[in-house]
Amino acid sequence: MRVLPVGAGALLVEVASGAEAQALHAELLRRRAEGSLSVGEIVPAARTVLLDGLADPARLAAELTAAQVPPAPPRARGVIELPVRYDGPDLADVAAHWGVAEREVARIHAGTEFRVAFCGFAPGFGYLSGLPERYDVPRRATPRTAVPAGAVGLAGPYTGVYPRSSPGGWQLIGTTDAVLWDHARVPAALLSPGTPVRFVPVGHP
Amino acid sequence: MTDRALVVVRAGALTTVQDRGRSGHAHLGVPRSGALDGPAAALVNRLVGNPPEAAVLETTLNGCAVRPRSTVTVAVGGAPCRVTVDGRPVAWGAPVRIPEGAVLEIGSAVSGVRSYLAVAGGVAVDPVLGSRSTDLLSGLGPPPLADGTVLPLGQPLTPHARVDVAPQPAPPAELVLHVTLGPRDGWFTQEALRTFTSRPYRVSASSNRIGLRTEGPALERALPGELPSEGMVLGAVQVPPDGRPVVFLADHPTTGGYPVIAVVRQTDLPPTAQAAPGTPVRFIPVRRH
Repeated sequence: MRVLPVGAGALLVEVASGAEAQALHAELLRRRAEGSLSVGEIVPAARTVLLDGLADPARLAAELTAAQVPPAPPRARGVIELPVRYDGPDLADVAAHWGVAEREVARIHAGTEFRVAFCGFAPGFGYLSGLPERYDVPRRATPRTAVPAGAVGLAGPYTGVYPRSSPGGWQLIGTTDAVLWDHARVPAALLSPGTPVRFVPVGHP
Repeated sequence: MTDRALVVVRAGALTTVQDRGRSGHAHLGVPRSGALDGPAAALVNRLVGNPPEAAVLETTLNGCAVRPRSTVTVAVGGAPCRVTVDGRPVAWGAPVRIPEGAVLEIGSAVSGVRSYLAVAGGVAVDPVLGSRSTDLLSGLGPPPLADGTVLPLGQPLTPHARVDVAPQPAPPAELVLHVTLGPRDGWFTQEALRTFTSRPYRVSASSNRIGLRTEGPALERALPGELPSEGMVLGAVQVPPDGRPVVFLADHPTTGGYPVIAVVRQTDLPPTAQAAPGTPVRFIPVRRH
């Protein structure tokens, strides 16, 4: 674990893997909940957790460098199930990358236990990890100028669902009717870091 | 019952509703947003008797014009500009009473970029995640003003301040940004670090509420490739592939994959809101306390 100072009031804690980042994030949330960590923002990402709005970053840095992080609790919250139609325009390309038949993409994807590794790109957009490394896919060479809300895509090791229509370069394999983001709802974001997620196939053609 | 609202007569190049932003949601991909020149927004609020968190209007370069549907007290600050009511000049940086139906015109910035208009009672659009700010990156909050937009106003709480003209800092002739290096200064060559902290840059015309872009010598990487996405702070100086530093401002993305060479001291950020394209920029390294 490497602790990098960021400006005068933040720390970037870097670990070796996505799983360690998720475990560290869970541990930091636990410390904040019990009152032993006072921080404005805890922002997990691929291999790091950012702590922003710290009163005494140097002291926390020294403490974290010496700390042991317990593995992430296996089931801290209920699984969010996202109904999905595997009808994306890039299904054939993804099947080719994976070296499987198109219908196998749906079976493999729906059989995977995902977890929200982190959020970013847009409010409510979660980077979901869980697929084995051999299923990593590149982004599309040419991003689409408009990806519809609810599109389920793959990029690198992650799966994501577009909360609203936006440009995007992810390989689209399906569509969900789930509302990922609704600022009038509490909570506004359906997915937050650490949430377990499963895709449930619907409407088989 | 009076109709407490403002009708937008001339929206200007980009006028948005801003308050102190929606911090605390970065882990959901929600930018903080909020007035870029926070001290200017706080001052105009104080001049009309608003609490510091009241929502104000933030203009860009060429001001805006509004017509209140009832008599209101306003104050204009930030970038200095001509202020008129039905064509007659009134004070900038001081509370001014605008009669019902009169047109308040906030002129083009004489210097600086962003003027702020506070109205007693505050702009009372519905908050989103605790803030009324327009976030241009994610689209949260009210859309930028358009001609004809009607903005509801809140009830004034306290009598406005009794001052003639409040002193406000002049927009910067040169932006001096004190930075602490890192967290990713190791991704750059020693030569690039020397260049960054010694050579002059200029504010690029493509700057916006997301970032202050610069023109100047490109910074060369010591390490190729991209970082896995990581959390970004306000004031982070990110270096995209073209090598020109970008200072992240209020609407910045919450995560990013380009290396952050340094972070600007928070107290140096408000002047970035007023630095017009072409303004010289210097990055001065300081040690972390």
